[in-house]
Amino acid sequence: MNGAAAIELLDVRKQFGATRIIQGVNLSVRQGERLAIIGPNGAGKSTLFNLISGRFPLTSGRIRLNGQDITGLPPYRINRLGLSRSFQVTNIFHRMSVYENIRCGVLWSLGYKYSFWHPVNRLRDVQRRAEETMERIGLARRRNVQAGVLSYAEQRALEIGITIAGGAEVILLDEPTAGMSRTETAQAVELIRTVTEGKTLIMVEHDMGVVFGLADRISVLVYGEVIATDTPEAVRANPAVQEAYLGGMHKEAAA
Amino acid sequence: MSTLRYRPLDLGRWIVWGATALLFALAPLMSDASFVLTLLSQMGILIIFALSYNMLLGQGGMLSFGHAVYSGLGAYFTVHALNLVGKGAFWFPVTLLPLVGGLAGLAFGLIFGYVTTKKSGTTFAMISLGIGEMVYACVLMFPAFFGGEGGISTNRVVGEPVLGLTYGPALQVYYLIAAWAFVSMAAMFALTQTPLGRMANAVRDNPERAEFVGYNTQRVRYLQMCLSAFFAGVAGGLSCINYEIVSAENVSALRSGGVLIATFIGGVGLFFGPILGAIVFTLFAIALSGFTKAWLLYLGLFFLAMVLYAPGGLAWLIAIQIPVLRARRFSELLWPYALALAAGLMLLCGLIGAVEMIYHLSLESAEESVIALAGLEVDVRALPSWLAVGALLAAGGVAMRHASRFVSARWHAIQQDIQRGAA
Repeated sequence: MNGAAAIELLDVRKQFGATRIIQGVNLSVRQGERLAIIGPNGAGKSTLFNLISGRFPLTSGRIRLNGQDITGLPPYRINRLGLSRSFQVTNIFHRMSVYENIRCGVLWSLGYKYSFWHPVNRLRDVQRRAEETMERIGLARRRNVQAGVLSYAEQRALEIGITIAGGAEVILLDEPTAGMSRTETAQAVELIRTVTEGKTLIMVEHDMGVVFGLADRISVLVYGEVIATDTPEAVRANPAVQEAYLGGMHKEAAA
Repeated sequence: MSTLRYRPLDLGRWIVWGATALLFALAPLMSDASFVLTLLSQMGILIIFALSYNMLLGQGGMLSFGHAVYSGLGAYFTVHALNLVGKGAFWFPVTLLPLVGGLAGLAFGLIFGYVTTKKSGTTFAMISLGIGEMVYACVLMFPAFFGGEGGISTNRVVGEPVLGLTYGPALQVYYLIAAWAFVSMAAMFALTQTPLGRMANAVRDNPERAEFVGYNTQRVRYLQMCLSAFFAGVAGGLSCINYEIVSAENVSALRSGGVLIATFIGGVGLFFGPILGAIVFTLFAIALSGFTKAWLLYLGLFFLAMVLYAPGGLAWLIAIQIPVLRARRFSELLWPYALALAAGLMLLCGLIGAVEMIYHLSLESAEESVIALAGLEVDVRALPSWLAVGALLAAGGVAMRHASRFVSARWHAIQQDIQRGAA
């Protein structure tokens, strides 16, 4: 883990009409670090992701990816610079097979861009990378199944697969375990741990318990402001966090 | 559940393409009638045009109301090139002349496509309609280049024959069209198997996700549009050589609508759909128009029926039989299908009777009230004729109702068994 910042947010603000959703967020994530952003519903976690990944324009502030200013760039540009994200609501290519879904995530990163002269079935490097990715997310045996008919947990795994397929160095996962059972969640966390090995990971999570063993640091977002960024233990012990987010429930446990 | 194969089945593919080539080569031997050649030539041209249209609609999810712009302008540039060759301004083999149409189509695709593909969905459709109308207006406004209402005529027999090909005889023109159609089909199929072709599907299905895996969706649509315009231009170039005249009709909304209908009837979801659509559409437009003035009405009704009952088109109707055939259950459907066919024919007879009698009453001269329908003398002013037609329609309707229930009951039973077997 070296000290250079993979992602830097400088006084990032976002307003929808008169409503201030993100109110001056400053955040720095080192390369190779795993950061979890937690917070109650409506805190602006997903909005923050949408700002970083270029889905929405910022109202003000700057965002840097590996030192390069990416403020205002369209999503595909940011993706090409090595940042890839998943979505809270499963966002896959439903009519395509698992293999084709993963392949969509691979093509640009291997330099095939808008090529209309390469026969895609004969691209060994694309095939290899797609196979590897399917193996890692545990969907290799489902390769020919149409994505739309996969089980929910499988679709979530595929969502992560598309996100990591391009080999991006910075991975943003938006509530990857949303709607999963306890067992499925545990499996998903293990999956996230292995596939983001050596990469910078930022993930949004509603439930602090999920990220406790996974994240190096946790940022707590409340009403569009980061009220604390620290190690999981310190965050859990932080009285302000307990007040705002945990509602004092864990006071005794933390003590 | 469909299990698609990704390793290309080379043998199967060779057989399909080989059979297609053979069919193209042997088709004119069906009959000596010049009518057949006319029909086949038009089919070949429309196959290219419809496939190019489906690069937008089926593969890219772009509903265009102005695709004739590219084929039509391709045809205009081809006609000028042909006339220049005829005057001896330069030498160019007629065989390769559709390339001029293709390049013109591509050039206008680069210009207009840049505007249309900025947006997708309804906005794209509206802009394509607007550009179609604009180009049509321009064609009438600049008669020096476009020849006004009458258009520009030409003579395809120019220059020294290359390899003995003069393109005087219609048979030579047919083979020119067939060769171009075959090459274009193969090229357009190959394009579906490239990164751009695959990402066009991705952008069609989920543009947002495509943006987050590195693709500018606008650029994907634009490139797809340009390539599509190239093949539309090739089709236009061939139609110029085939008819030896190009007029404003070539860029009209009528043509744009025609290719939309042909493509949809054939089926936008499968590559070979538009090929079937082109064949059926041409049969309606050329073969049926020789028998009845109401052909356009029949085409409209057929289109309507397809949209309502088989939105996946003819190709889809065929494709869904394949799992049943694989499960060796097709024989169980033969009887229901036969009944449905019989009911459909009855309904169709009643419909044709009614339509032809009404057309006769409203269009033909009043003195002759007897028309020949399927070898029968029918008096359109006599009550029994109308009663017979009404009876056919009613009986056909009732029979169709029962037959379709029969078909769907059997169909669902078989599908359930297949799914259970797969699970």
